[in-house]
Amino acid sequence: MALERKDLLGLRDVGAKEIEEILDAAKTLRGILEQNTKKTPHLQGTSIVTLFYENSTRTRMSFELASKYMSAASANISSAVSSVAKGETLIDTGRTLDRMGTDLIVIRHPMSGAPHLLAKHVRASVINAGDGMNEHPTQALLDMFTMREHKGGLRGLSVAIVGDVAHSRVARSNIWGLRTMGAKVRVYGPSTLIPDEIEKLGVVVTASVEEAVEGADVVMGLRLQLERQQAGLLPSLYEYANFFAIDERVLRLAKKDALIMHPGPLNRGVEITSAAADEERSVINEQVTGGVAVRMALLYLLTRRKYERAAD
Amino acid sequence: MNGLLIKNALIVNPKGKYKGAGDIFVRGGVIARIAPSIDGNGETVIDASGLTALPGLVDMHCHLREPGFEYKETIATGTRAAARGGFTTVACMPNTDPPADTPSVITFILRKAAEDGAVRVLPVGCITREQKGKELAEMGALRAAGAVALSDDGMPVADSHVMHMALRYARSFGMLLISHCEDPGLVNGGVMNEGYWSTLLGLKPITRAAEEVMVARETLLAQALDTRVHIAHVSTEGACAVIRNAKARGVKVTAETCPHYFSATDAFVDGFDTNAKVNPPLRTDADVAAVKAALKDGTLDCIVTDHAPHHIDQKAVEFDVAANGISGFETAFSLAYTNLVKAGVLTLDELVTRMACNPAAVLGIDGGVLMEGGRADIVLVNENETYAIDASDFVSKGKNTPFDGTEVTGRVLHTIAGGRLVVEAGRVVI
Repeated sequence: MALERKDLLGLRDVGAKEIEEILDAAKTLRGILEQNTKKTPHLQGTSIVTLFYENSTRTRMSFELASKYMSAASANISSAVSSVAKGETLIDTGRTLDRMGTDLIVIRHPMSGAPHLLAKHVRASVINAGDGMNEHPTQALLDMFTMREHKGGLRGLSVAIVGDVAHSRVARSNIWGLRTMGAKVRVYGPSTLIPDEIEKLGVVVTASVEEAVEGADVVMGLRLQLERQQAGLLPSLYEYANFFAIDERVLRLAKKDALIMHPGPLNRGVEITSAAADEERSVINEQVTGGVAVRMALLYLLTRRKYERAAD
Repeated sequence: MNGLLIKNALIVNPKGKYKGAGDIFVRGGVIARIAPSIDGNGETVIDASGLTALPGLVDMHCHLREPGFEYKETIATGTRAAARGGFTTVACMPNTDPPADTPSVITFILRKAAEDGAVRVLPVGCITREQKGKELAEMGALRAAGAVALSDDGMPVADSHVMHMALRYARSFGMLLISHCEDPGLVNGGVMNEGYWSTLLGLKPITRAAEEVMVARETLLAQALDTRVHIAHVSTEGACAVIRNAKARGVKVTAETCPHYFSATDAFVDGFDTNAKVNPPLRTDADVAAVKAALKDGTLDCIVTDHAPHHIDQKAVEFDVAANGISGFETAFSLAYTNLVKAGVLTLDELVTRMACNPAAVLGIDGGVLMEGGRADIVLVNENETYAIDASDFVSKGKNTPFDGTEVTGRVLHTIAGGRLVVEAGRVVI
């Protein structure tokens, strides 16, 4: 069991077979989280660095716990400022980590494509933990993991993604992954937050939140960055909550057994009401557990790869 | 003094009397004679059998980076790269450090060009002090020092009142203003064209309207003042339509585009390739088709390189913070020949008109023609040679091109600039 690829930079280029393999491994490894002694030797002798240029709680913690549960040597670098402001280039930082014997780098960066730049210049495997507005593949994998646990499979599922699609790397990765797995995706949000020509990625852009949610198997809300209002993309959060939020009324249109999902952290009362987030169909907390399992699977599969390491 | 004799060339010369097969004799920096057959007499002979002779190309928009950014390019390296691309006259933009907003910088550039240059250099001065778009630069003094035109290229003149006054004041000196059209509010921090690819890659988009709004403004200001304006690096279908409409109304507007706007699209950005980051950004297939149509019907008068060499350190970074620009001198003719002439959009005659005759006319300078007594600016090209672009082989310090490895047809072999053989068999020989 191993992935052939060196890096996981996005789901755009990941096939259905690979996604199945990752989700299967996550299902097996999730058992570790339920043990009294959460320690396995899977990653013994492996060195993992999380390199975060952006704030993160759950993603960084779940990667760190995943490495610790599996006995990796792990270290983290958190830098609120970008490499540019720090005066060292991303390539130089990557080479430094390489020379310290790092096997795998988990990177989060505010600029789209930064993990791709890093991956090109290091021998270590690179996992994208979110880059700008581009991709957040491990989030989409944990979302699909949660959907599969409840629905048995992904093919034919109808998934509604509602909110700030334009700035959302979660939306992009889910669109790639879900399309590859044969799910149908509908997106909805205010026109200023729906990017040009997104329908060419194989999704349907609906005219209302009701149309998006109607008959859906999964309703996924996206976090609204509150600074979008200052940027002139929305008149007010009040108006956003009234016209674009997921609430109980809208959720009545979804299937009876629909899953309610959100990548977190929640802006309660903005993109999703508390009643909607906390209702019995909500799997928002379960997503977090899936997140650790999926990340354990990825760390294991990528460090087990029989990859011929290219010289610098 | 010994001369230089070009034998058996096919002469393509849109604005000249002599066309067709013939010989060209050069002496003392000028073309002494053009005739069907000229006998040699001890001078250097270039056998141009199978080659086509064109008037030296005129690039009215490039960046030579000196003074201030000599690590990116110098007048010495930039003019050699220009010559290798078939250009014998280049107009360099004023966004140097310090910018060319004072006569001393213009004088410096002209002196360096005389000392180190391989081709004729015509400096463009600033429209506003430090290109800040607030106070007018001393246009009279810039003109007296030798500025051929004025532009804040790289930066738009965002304030419409400032542009209005600049056009009005420039009229006093008959100075041409070249406008870099980009509404900063609409650009809004974007880094690539808005559309499918910006959506797919999650890169901040720039609406085409950012360019088109300002093109419309410039044509309306020029119309109101009944004065000239030249639009730099046109890249969108909408901008072509605005210019076409203005010309039909009799507005004194001229315009240019660059090879990358008819040879590449925003799909080139895939993989976050910073060599495809340029301003204005690479657009779509529809824009490429519109730019070609506008070159054909004369809406776009000129093809310029916007040669913008950068050091690798400004490109080997995250896409958002990478520098804008393409090193264009050494690929321009081949890209234009391949994508316009070979593709059946323009005849070679029409291409030469847009790469030599029209830029000379817009700038009001001599050149762009092969004639007895005229400047000996001549380029010899092989229309049949196909080769792969190799950025590592560029004479320019800037290796930043999205066309590395691209197969093209039509190669510049020899360049004679001001009577001097600068490039021979594709190599700089001075």
